[in-house]
Amino acid sequence: MTVVCRLSDLPPDRGVAALLPDGAQVAVFHTGAGELFALSNIDPYSGAAVLSRGIVGDLRGVPVVASPMHKQHFELHSGECVEDRAVTVRVYPVRVAAGQVVVEDP
Amino acid sequence: MTASLVVVGNGMVGHRLVSSVRERDRAGRWRVEVFGEERRPAYDRVALTSYVDTWDDSALLLAGHDPDVTVHLGDPVVAIDRAARTVTSASGLVREYDALVLATGSSPFVPPVPGHDLPGCHVYRTLDDLDGIREYAARVPHGRRAALVVGGGLLGLEAAKALRDLGLSPHVVELAPWLMPLQVDEGGGALLRRLITALDVTVHAGTGTTAIERDRGRLLARLGNGTELDVDLVVFAAGIRPRDALARAAGLDLGERGGVLVDEACRTADPHVWAVGECACVGGRVHGLVAPGYAMAEVVADRLLGGAATFTVADTATKLKLLGVDVASFGDAHARAEGALEVVLNDAVAGSYKKLVLSDDASTLLGGVLVGDASAYAALAPMVGRPLPGDPAALLAPAGETLGAGALPPDAQVCSCQAVTRAAVDGAIAEGCADVPALKACTRAGTGCGSCVPMLRQLLASAGVAQSSALCEHFTHSRVALFEIVRSTGIRTFSELVARYGRGRGCDLCKPAVASMLASLGGHVLDREQVALQDTNDQFLANIQRNGTYSVVPRIPGGEITPHKLMVIAEVARDFDLYTKITGGQRIDLFGATVEDLPAIWRRLVDAGFESGHAYGKALRTVKSCVGSTWCRYGVQDSVRLAIELELRYRGLRSPHKLKAGVSGCARECAEARSKDFGVIATEHGWNLYVAGNGGFSPRHARLLASDVDTETLVRLIDRFLIFYVRTADRLQRTAAWVEAMDGGLDHLRAVIVDDTLGICADLEEAMTAHVGSYADEWRGVLEDPEKLARFTSFVNAPGTPDPTVAFREERGQRVPVSLGVPQVSAR
Ligand code: SRM
Ligand SMILES: Cc1cc2nc3c(=O)[nH]c(=O)nc-3n(C[C@H](O)[C@H](O)[C@H](O)COP(=O)(O)OP(=O)(O)OC[C@H]3O[C@@H](n4cnc5c(N)ncnc54)[C@H](O)[C@@H]3O)c2cc1C
Ligand code: SF4
Ligand code: FES
Repeated sequence: MTVVCRLSDLPPDRGVAALLPDGAQVAVFHTGAGELFALSNIDPYSGAAVLSRGIVGDLRGVPVVASPMHKQHFELHSGECVEDRAVTVRVYPVRVAAGQVVVEDP
Repeated sequence: MTASLVVVGNGMVGHRLVSSVRERDRAGRWRVEVFGEERRPAYDRVALTSYVDTWDDSALLLAGHDPDVTVHLGDPVVAIDRAARTVTSASGLVREYDALVLATGSSPFVPPVPGHDLPGCHVYRTLDDLDGIREYAARVPHGRRAALVVGGGLLGLEAAKALRDLGLSPHVVELAPWLMPLQVDEGGGALLRRLITALDVTVHAGTGTTAIERDRGRLLARLGNGTELDVDLVVFAAGIRPRDALARAAGLDLGERGGVLVDEACRTADPHVWAVGECACVGGRVHGLVAPGYAMAEVVADRLLGGAATFTVADTATKLKLLGVDVASFGDAHARAEGALEVVLNDAVAGSYKKLVLSDDASTLLGGVLVGDASAYAALAPMVGRPLPGDPAALLAPAGETLGAGALPPDAQVCSCQAVTRAAVDGAIAEGCADVPALKACTRAGTGCGSCVPMLRQLLASAGVAQSSALCEHFTHSRVALFEIVRSTGIRTFSELVARYGRGRGCDLCKPAVASMLASLGGHVLDREQVALQDTNDQFLANIQRNGTYSVVPRIPGGEITPHKLMVIAEVARDFDLYTKITGGQRIDLFGATVEDLPAIWRRLVDAGFESGHAYGKALRTVKSCVGSTWCRYGVQDSVRLAIELELRYRGLRSPHKLKAGVSGCARECAEARSKDFGVIATEHGWNLYVAGNGGFSPRHARLLASDVDTETLVRLIDRFLIFYVRTADRLQRTAAWVEAMDGGLDHLRAVIVDDTLGICADLEEAMTAHVGSYADEWRGVLEDPEKLARFTSFVNAPGTPDPTVAFREERGQRVPVSLGVPQVSAR
């Protein structure tokens, strides 16, 4: 379990990255609709740690982030890549406790 | 056994015949050999006049030059021996044929006026003719330059346009009482004259040219009505004559008024010899347009492969844009049918003349003439010979009933250039063609004059594959429509815009597009909610690289830089260990900066007087310049000064795609200005402005918009051009694609931003003035705002810790990224 930041530090529809104790990186998103998501920050296509810097939005109502590298979309709740359903990034459970955003181990 | 097909003439129709035979001849029955008199491969003669915009002949080449077809260019056939079944070429080649197709086209008719062969007299048919006219015009001293065009038909007006674009004042002399007598009636001719005269072309109608004389280094033209004109150059465009001399010498029959006589299969009395295109006389008639020529080519190709196609009298519908003026005529334009009725709407105020010709019972459309506004052409022309789909007066009214695709019966010809029916288009759509390019590829419709393209769009729409111009699934609007909404409603946040005009929450297509519009209308790109709309490049005001680091490109206007500033860049690069490279845009790119280093790097650069180069934004990149008249022994203007002025004027302007420019100090063009979105080339008298060039994926030469203008006029035109582009282009559409997609193309653009036909130029200029006045360096804005600065960290929970996945190695003395390991992909 890692405390990432205060919920109020998260601007709507813009991700941030956080470093976990094991060296892994998570991208944390707080959507304009008020939902909270955490995914691996690594873009599986480029290998770069950049997903937190993608644009957040929705495709047919499903919240997604678009990789800033080559624009593949990843569903925020499942981590599944919309363009290629065989590819998934790791999803982390995330919740708010006492105003703090907390990421759990997957 | 293969048989031998010899084609004489590599013009438009000859070329079509060859490609059609090759397409149909799957079994390889015919070995094809072509002789062409011109030294260039087949090109689009219909678009000949556009050559003057670019002097780039490759833009006119026709597609589909087949490597398996031998083409002898610059080697005309000089004799046919029908008994031996051979042809002989000028270079002495002798070829046997099993089938011989004559596609020799026409030659310009030069009336036997005394002096018609003086130096300075030209004809208007080939690229070589245009090169000759250009060369001659270049030798005429500047100042009082004028030209005479003999003939006021289609060709004459095309020639007048070319001459005007070459900087001469054209006079057009037409024997008939009005211009374009073949296509247009008297009422249309009167309006046409008015519109053409307004474009600085002087019209002398109802009179002929009686003599041309030498006169003190110029030419004096005497007209039948007593007028004398001092001109520098004469172009004869008084009609054409079929080139039938070869056939005549070979003993083949000719038509009464010339042309190789052929039957409805386009075959001469000799079963081995055929004729197609303008040189053929079929059904007692010679056709001077390309559509019937193409139809003949298809007939012969079909016959050569065992078919039984016949040529039926072709449609002579034409739609033209002459000097930016729309002219269309179709069917029985002159109301020659017995009892024909005419409905005319002559709107002198709007500058449009429209006439429909109806059968005596007013039930059937027989033809029509449209001058000034031919937007109804695509819908009306295919209806000729069919019941009128509505009240005729309403069909002609400006904002009246528009004729939808619904009214078209299946056998109506949608594309007259390529003879494609509605049924054929619908069939292609049913087989999966989902847009205009696909329809062009599989039916050829729309690949001729292009005037049927609006109808193709309508047919797609009515088949339910509407050509969506929607930005994405969140907005049904096009970028242009959305821009107007933003501008007129004053909405300045994405959330309000999507709530009121869209649906859902937005995505990576509409968010950056809207962010760009908001930025074009003022404000810092990272203000408030805007941050979340931007692509990562705009979020961090730097370009993301393959390993997640960023590059830094300071602006170096015009490529001019002091040694001191060069040293600052060198020191910053050394201190932050950045890979350094000179870019193709005359500036310096520093690579490998981490998110947390960007502000410190920029602090140093901004302190030394640098500002953002917008290498990351859809905005002005660089205005490339050559060294110009200050140093260069050929330079005629100070290209560096102008480039810097332009770069500083337009820096920071957010646009649908990136913008690049160039300024060259003379016609040697060292700055490659003509590969840019706008390019300026110095002349003795001022500047030539070229627009809509592109390098990149589809290179395009920029085309001449205005010549010999002074700096003030130049800047005003560029202001208008850029704001018009910002407002009306599609998302990620460069200027070249924008102008190409524009209805009316460059002529329309010129009408809007040079002649101000829409009356919006004052508004465009005002918008640019507002942009220039409100410009502020984005990077300075970040450095001065702690809230914006706070975002430049890799990790919220570990500020200052750099991304551990980023690693470097050394190459040629500099740091380059270590390629990232096997991507972490988990399959479910
Ligand atoms: C740095 C540079 C190459 C170099 O080392 O010389 C470069 C680098 C990139 N170019 Fe370029 N282009 C560079 C000059 C050009 C030129 C030549 C020129 O400007 O004179 C062209 C062709 C001219 C043109 O644009 O018409 C060019 C045509 C492109 C295109 C294709 C555009 C098109 O219309 O087809 C792209 C892709 C795009 O923008 O969508 C592109 C995109 C890119 C991007 C931004 C790709 C990306 O998205 O990461 C590259 C990253 C730059 C970086 O990270 O800093 N770059 N690029 C040049 C920067 C010039 C500058 O100072 O700003
Ligand atoms: C400026 C201009 C504008 C036009 N605008 C339009 C328009 O808007 N709409 C329209 O429908 N039509 C238009 N036309 C007409 C159109 O270009 C012609 O109808 C079309 O090119 C005819 O094709 P063709 O192959 O019969 O003749 P061409 O295209 O002239 O080709 C004939 C070729 O044969 C070559 N040749 C001649 N003799 C020999 C020989 N002995 N051996 C080898 N080669 C030989 C010629 O050099 C020429 O290259 C325009 C023409 C011009 C000049
Ligand atoms: S374009 Fe002309 S003025 Fe400029 S450097 Fe080249 S030669 Fe000199
Ligand atoms: S009508 Fe000319 S291209 Fe279709």
